[in-house]
Amino acid sequence: MRSRWTAAAAAVMAGVLSLSACGGGGDQAAQPSPGGGDAKKQVEVFSWWTGPGEADGLQAMRKIFEQQNPSYTFFDAAVAGGSGDKAKALLQSKLQADTPPDTFQGHAGAELQGYIKAGDLEELNSLYDELKLKDVFPPQLIEQISVQGKIYSVPVNIHRSNVLWFNPAVLEEAGVAGAPKTLEEFVAALEKVKAKGKIPLSVGSEWTVTHLLESVLLGSLGTDAYNALFKPGADWNSPQVTRALEQFKTILSYAGDPQDDWQPAAKQVADGEAAFNIMGDWAYGYFHNPPEGGLGKQSKTDFDWAPAPGTEGTYLWLSDSFTLPKGAKNRDGALAWLKVAASKEGQDAFNPKKGSIPARKDADQSLYTDYLADALKDWSGDKLAGSIQHGVAVNQPWLAAVNEAVGLFMGTKDVPALQKALAEAAQANAQ
Amino acid sequence: MSRVRTWLPGLLLVAPSIVAIGVFVYGMLGWNFRLAMTDKHDEVSEGRFVGLENFISLWDQPRWHISVNHAIMFTIAFVLGALVLGWFLAFLMEKGIRGEGTFRAIYLFPMAVSFVATGIVWRWLMNSGMEERAVGFNRLFDAIGLPQWQWFRDPDWGMAAMALPAIWQMSGYVMALFLAGFRGVPEELREAARVDGCTEWGVYRHVVLPLLRPVTLSALIILGHISLKVFDLIVAVSGKQIITDVPAVFMWVAVFDSHDPAKGATIASYIVLSVAVFVIPYLIWSVRRERRS
Repeated sequence: MRSRWTAAAAAVMAGVLSLSACGGGGDQAAQPSPGGGDAKKQVEVFSWWTGPGEADGLQAMRKIFEQQNPSYTFFDAAVAGGSGDKAKALLQSKLQADTPPDTFQGHAGAELQGYIKAGDLEELNSLYDELKLKDVFPPQLIEQISVQGKIYSVPVNIHRSNVLWFNPAVLEEAGVAGAPKTLEEFVAALEKVKAKGKIPLSVGSEWTVTHLLESVLLGSLGTDAYNALFKPGADWNSPQVTRALEQFKTILSYAGDPQDDWQPAAKQVADGEAAFNIMGDWAYGYFHNPPEGGLGKQSKTDFDWAPAPGTEGTYLWLSDSFTLPKGAKNRDGALAWLKVAASKEGQDAFNPKKGSIPARKDADQSLYTDYLADALKDWSGDKLAGSIQHGVAVNQPWLAAVNEAVGLFMGTKDVPALQKALAEAAQANAQ
Repeated sequence: MSRVRTWLPGLLLVAPSIVAIGVFVYGMLGWNFRLAMTDKHDEVSEGRFVGLENFISLWDQPRWHISVNHAIMFTIAFVLGALVLGWFLAFLMEKGIRGEGTFRAIYLFPMAVSFVATGIVWRWLMNSGMEERAVGFNRLFDAIGLPQWQWFRDPDWGMAAMALPAIWQMSGYVMALFLAGFRGVPEELREAARVDGCTEWGVYRHVVLPLLRPVTLSALIILGHISLKVFDLIVAVSGKQIITDVPAVFMWVAVFDSHDPAKGATIASYIVLSVAVFVIPYLIWSVRRERRS
């Protein structure tokens, strides 16, 4: 008897859960149901943009989409959770059940490979030709997101991963003249800060340490050798990589107690407890935004930035992009959304709010000020390298293996074991 | 015909749940074990039968050893802690205190909170910040002059700290079990022991505790199986980090990050088997006991 009630209750709960999963944002209640006989067709846009800044950017793009496409309604299927952890798990079950959203957010580059291999995505080369996107996106970007000549996503923004954030007051107190340019200078600066009793380098949870590793690898190896690590037949066992990992170990030995996530680690720099933090440029919004979503700090006085040591002239990039899943219920609507996401107007509406720069070269530069102006300038001139932690250079299984190796390394501090694990990860997952 | 009339409605009533449990519990268990014995290491490949290969190769991975060790340490700390604390609370209650109903409700209440909510609160309480950066317990310890600790970030004893929220959550439930057990011991037995010259401690040692054995065993089973498959608490406190890795978190990573269904199914199989090691002997034992009585 009881198990029957349990089963009934479970069925009701499952119903409620699936309803709420489809519900998306609270403002969706008044919208027509999917697949109904309404005149307006619904476009389900799946993302993980629910936080301050990013959700505002999505709203701004949505407004443009609705103006341009009066026959479609926008269905916001956003799933909360930093860097899309939960969203990706839900997305995977949707794709396996052959009920994809009309378009979903993913990091451009190798992260999409799993979906491509599973045959979940349509290629977008014809859309690129139609909109002449190859002329407006940097050629290196096109090259790094192409899989055997085919492109499967439309990048809507660009973030930079190799940014060194620092507290000018703490540096001055420790007698460090300015942002260190090389890894050797970086270690010397860390040592000086340590002597003053402050935290030389703040870190967050384990993924932020992988994030640190990619900047150290790039800074130690240089752009070309770094990019070569992700090509077939790459040599992860080389003495150059050993040296880079030794430097990583040295730098990590100056790290403070790990914080819960990247925000508390960044806050240590803003509060003057720590000198340095290496984090992506989304940290700028956190430092700079008014207190509801950020720390309300003054740029250049309370915090400052520079390329991560040894990486000046290279943009270690990552990008949020939208895709066209095979079997999308509303393919035309999805294409209409992709056109907005690719357009100058769409990107200029989205990016200043999200705190990133547009992937297009012809953006309205006056919209991007302070840090973003710097970033836009560097983006147009720098060499490009793809981020590991954020899905550009490596696919998801590879990244999981790298994160595992780094997590184990934090316990053992064993460089040969780390290098072996990284080499094995590359060999098992190279595309 | 009349016999049919007695059992048929009952059967019809339970049939949906029998079917549902058959398919969604035992069917899925079987499917999981079958998947664990294939080489389906990504979502698209078909997967050939490879026998126990995955079960063996898992032991070559350092991360698996770490997560198993963590699960063992967590289980020991959690089961012992909840049993001792629950027993002690029940003991106090049994001695008769004023407002027992209120205390019972207070101690039982944490069980109504989800592990996720517990975890989010305890993440703050167990913050590893020290000295002037301390918050939560470390701030309190600093104020009263006790040494500060890294809590779940401690490389050696972190998983014991991770068991604290679980103990907090479940000891009230164990208390309720033990209290029912204590109340089930007839007063005459205690009286008889006292007449025979037993001390008050002796009454507990020789009369009450032996009679509590079935309760203790039930509590052990319930705590043990919660402990071996713990997932939500760990993720809520520390996320998917190696330093607090347990088999269930490793399974999530294998399925959703590494995209390796066979590996995930193998870990899931080990979790089910480890729980079965606890539960099956208990079931056999309780069936035998029922037959005997």
